[in-house]
Amino acid sequence: MELTKDEYSALKGEQGEILQMAYRILVATGEATDAEKLVPIEWAHLSGVNYNTIGDAGEEFLSSISKNARVKIKTTLNPMGFDIDNVSNYGLDENFISKQLSIRNSYETMGVTPSFSCIPYEIFDIPKNGTQVAFAESNAAIHANSYDNLKTNKESAFSALASAITGKSPFSSLRKEDTPNITIRMKVKNPDELVYGMLGFFAGKVGATSVNISGLGGMDNRESKAMCGGMGTSGTCAKFLFGEGDSDCEKIDFDEKEMQNVHDELNTAETGDLITLGSPQLGLEEISDLTSKLKGRSFKKRCMIFCPRTVKEQARKIGYTNELERAGCEILSDCCTCLSPLINKDNVDAVTTNSIKGAFYLKNSNGVGVNLKPLLQIIEDETR
Amino acid sequence: MKKTLVSGKVCGIVLKSNNPINFLGTVDKKTGIITDKNHDLFDKSIKDTILVFPSGVGSSVGAYTIYSIKSNNTAPLAMICQKADLTVATGCALSNIPLITISDEEFSSIENGMNISLDTDSPNPIQYQ
Repeated sequence: MELTKDEYSALKGEQGEILQMAYRILVATGEATDAEKLVPIEWAHLSGVNYNTIGDAGEEFLSSISKNARVKIKTTLNPMGFDIDNVSNYGLDENFISKQLSIRNSYETMGVTPSFSCIPYEIFDIPKNGTQVAFAESNAAIHANSYDNLKTNKESAFSALASAITGKSPFSSLRKEDTPNITIRMKVKNPDELVYGMLGFFAGKVGATSVNISGLGGMDNRESKAMCGGMGTSGTCAKFLFGEGDSDCEKIDFDEKEMQNVHDELNTAETGDLITLGSPQLGLEEISDLTSKLKGRSFKKRCMIFCPRTVKEQARKIGYTNELERAGCEILSDCCTCLSPLINKDNVDAVTTNSIKGAFYLKNSNGVGVNLKPLLQIIEDETR
Repeated sequence: MKKTLVSGKVCGIVLKSNNPINFLGTVDKKTGIITDKNHDLFDKSIKDTILVFPSGVGSSVGAYTIYSIKSNNTAPLAMICQKADLTVATGCALSNIPLITISDEEFSSIENGMNISLDTDSPNPIQYQ
């Protein structure tokens, strides 16, 4: 990758340790993506916020760099481990809470907007078509490239941080016009959001950088988010293109058999002790839809709902929060199902969810069983 | 394609996987043990190995996992991949874990348990002992 004189001087350490670290990360990113140069970006979205995922090493690293590092462009933030408004209900230890608050403090010191959301595309204004951004959250990167006309790599936590500090990112193929060499043909009839999640998970396994998807009907917000979340979990792919693609593309079917394989991999329990909704976090539209689908019914077991703080505030004003709390839901902002420290195998055997992304991490990281069901089925089976 | 992403020089025993690795959530930070039952390295420790695998996949926070295992002394000595991905590339860059990519052909010729030395500055970076 070609660097300008100024960039090279930063890489050599002539502009301080922070910029040297940032450019070392950008150079590795550029080599990994075969980029020939760095380009300016306008918005970075960082992952690496939840103490449950970054641990002591991450907390110390952020605390140390926050003394000198400052972000240069608009920078937003992924969810953390809990909602400070109700953390006392979940029995988290003091150490977790203080380390998490230290992480929050480090990011704020660096000038990052504490949005604590994995759906930046839903709660912030989308810049004009073709704008270069750097989104580390995998579902958000895929959503930005596929639905929002933005351009981003499937950034890592460190490449997005380096981009926030420098305002630059490698000019990789995803930032140009990318042409996939695989087309996935959706063959499953009457798909719901769970099926789209499994389709995304399947696509992430077979694709490399981007894939064409054909045979999709109209999709609502919940379904597109499920597909992006599924794809981000299983692979390195960062973009869907909708359509058949070129005639020389390899064609791969996603039919009942392929869907069953994904289901068998992730569904490990017949039933759950608790329900989680929101991985990715729910937006206002989904909260509103859930409220109307409940039609006054109440959950028979615990149901945790994850959403951004701004969405929770809007939902409270409109009255959705009251209705959901009446139905027995616990509404949590600033955090997410994915890698939640609030769900623990010591007191939970299995979780019912409609999220493929949530299922993967609940199973592998939280170590609990997973019972997959689409939202409509959850409401039918688990409420009265 | 042969490429150096993070340079360095180490010797060690190969731990090879034919499955991609999602570092976030499937690698125990304290022990370096793979916890995903569906993975071919399930229950094996990647600590102090030369970890050979197709590529990293999944969440972007996996880069922090690589930094954490390095800080906890449970990281591999080096990583060798078929394909570079940003999580592994940047995690290794920040943690100074040597990382190269190699051709599919060379990838298939490396076997589990081989004793190899890796020198990223050499024209033939992998020497078989």
